[in-house]
Amino acid sequence: MSGFLRWMDDRFPFTKVWKEHVAEYYTPKNFNFFYYFGAILTVMLVIQFVTGIILTMHYKPDVASAFASIEYIMRDVPAGWFVRYLHSVGASMIFIALYVHMFRGLMYGSHRSPRELIWLLGMLLYVAMMAEAFFGYLLPWGNMSYWGAQVIVSLFGAIPFVGEGLAQWIRGDYVISDATLNRFFAFHVILLPLLLALLVYLHIVALHKVGSNNPDGVEIKKQKDADGKPLDGIPFHPYYTVKDTFGVGVFLTVYLAIVFFLPELGGWFLEKDNFAPADILQTPPDIVPLWYLTPYYSILRAVTFEWLPGGAKLWGVIAMAAAIVIFFFLPWLDRSRVRSIRYRGWMYKTMLTLFAVTFVMLGYLGTKNPGHVDLIWFKNVTWAQIGLVIYFAFFLLMPIYTRLDRTYAEPDRLTK
Amino acid sequence: MTEEPGNSRRRRFLTAITSILGLAGAGTLAASFVASMRPSARARAAGAPVEVDISRLRERQMLVVAWRGKPVWIMRRSQQMLDDLGTLRQVLVDPDSEIAQQPVYAQNEFRSIRPDILVVLGVCTHLGCAPIKNFERGTASGLSEDWLGGFFCPCHGSKFDLAGRVYKNVPAPTNLEVPPHSFLSDSRILIGTGRGERAV
Repeated sequence: MSGFLRWMDDRFPFTKVWKEHVAEYYTPKNFNFFYYFGAILTVMLVIQFVTGIILTMHYKPDVASAFASIEYIMRDVPAGWFVRYLHSVGASMIFIALYVHMFRGLMYGSHRSPRELIWLLGMLLYVAMMAEAFFGYLLPWGNMSYWGAQVIVSLFGAIPFVGEGLAQWIRGDYVISDATLNRFFAFHVILLPLLLALLVYLHIVALHKVGSNNPDGVEIKKQKDADGKPLDGIPFHPYYTVKDTFGVGVFLTVYLAIVFFLPELGGWFLEKDNFAPADILQTPPDIVPLWYLTPYYSILRAVTFEWLPGGAKLWGVIAMAAAIVIFFFLPWLDRSRVRSIRYRGWMYKTMLTLFAVTFVMLGYLGTKNPGHVDLIWFKNVTWAQIGLVIYFAFFLLMPIYTRLDRTYAEPDRLTK
Repeated sequence: MTEEPGNSRRRRFLTAITSILGLAGAGTLAASFVASMRPSARARAAGAPVEVDISRLRERQMLVVAWRGKPVWIMRRSQQMLDDLGTLRQVLVDPDSEIAQQPVYAQNEFRSIRPDILVVLGVCTHLGCAPIKNFERGTASGLSEDWLGGFFCPCHGSKFDLAGRVYKNVPAPTNLEVPPHSFLSDSRILIGTGRGERAV
């Protein structure tokens, strides 16, 4: 074995990479619950790749047979139902992990210098993941697939002058059609998986260059022992490989429980309208994207002010795009002296809580009819408008309240 | 790298020329790739005009036909319905159809070539859902007391009158689109081409 390893190491930096990135990669010793989700996301992405490859073996990207091929997978392909539910539930589980992972960053200041690039790559991953989910949702060619794609692609039509041509170019037809299904399949199984793999690689390379942040937001590299190893660092392997295995195990248990017992999760993971084939003449009563996109859908629909130049529709699209793009600027909007929420004052704590509640509220409202009253007092659209203001206030006022906020002194060493 | 003084200008020139040619080549290649995603000849052919027989369409009835994969509504309005259209001006965004959502020959009181026959795309101008017809007047409609019949979009609550004109304070920004169309005879309509126009 050691002979083989020596032979390998002369030709490929195997041992060097293993040491640098696993066995002698020092990570803060105080990771908590929120630090499981990076590993969970990696494992879930692999599961999506594997189940996706199997589904591709049986699925037909053709409007005449797409819906039937899904039914075929569900009924006739051995374990086909299992692979398909792993994939469809997996998509939602990835977004759950993704949102916790991002919230972790906001809590402990993982976006702050020198980790801006990790944040940016992570945001690109988030956007690519949303695109991947959106393209994938058309493939079953259910009625919600069809109308969801119709609505989202028509958003591009709101762009002045070039919009209609652009929407036609994306669809490859005047409407969502066979051409659209075929190209969305290409994007879903080739373009975006390649991009996701590349971005995950870059995300981890950037992380390992600067090292992980931690719940205290204190740099462990500042306090080193005589050998130059961080005093508060422990090697990633075996400490976190073992710990992450446990966390992944718990997550997979929940995931599989849903796959086996509640694969549609009452319409939250698979919408009931998608169990009927696409019908170009019959819109589902409520066109709603899946839950992980609904916060932005809410923002899109919240803009109903006709007096805006260019019209409400265009500004709705702009607001929705801005809601995503503004995340990229976070590292530069946050001017606090400290990283972690543990040492920040009441302002950031309040704003972050308000933002998280608002994000969930917008997500909920995005699944409801804007004209109804599903919360209290106001119509859903009014609540969404309030949510929109809070959403953008969290970001746009951040340079002010993070600077005004009274912070506590950070410790030199990790606390616990 | 050792720089020979006499050669540096030539070298710069060659680098520039090669880069420009390389970029032009990459640009041409990219243009082909981008063009390959446009609607194909088959998709464009499938978008050809559709002929519809309306001889059996009676008053207050509506036909739905597909043109370019979009639902086209063809409806015969009663005299009562036409009379109602004139009373709605106050509550409409664009009662005179000033925004170009129709061919010029349909830019009139009734948004149609013949007053009784309405031809519109059944695609909500908000986000492309299919509105639902509701021709009942008043409370019988289940919408509101002053409803005079029209179309209601279930997705986001937009409302249109029986000429496809959009009501105020709803998400849809403009009137429903009137597709190019023409009458081949009293009972035959061609959807997709106006009189004297070439197929678009």
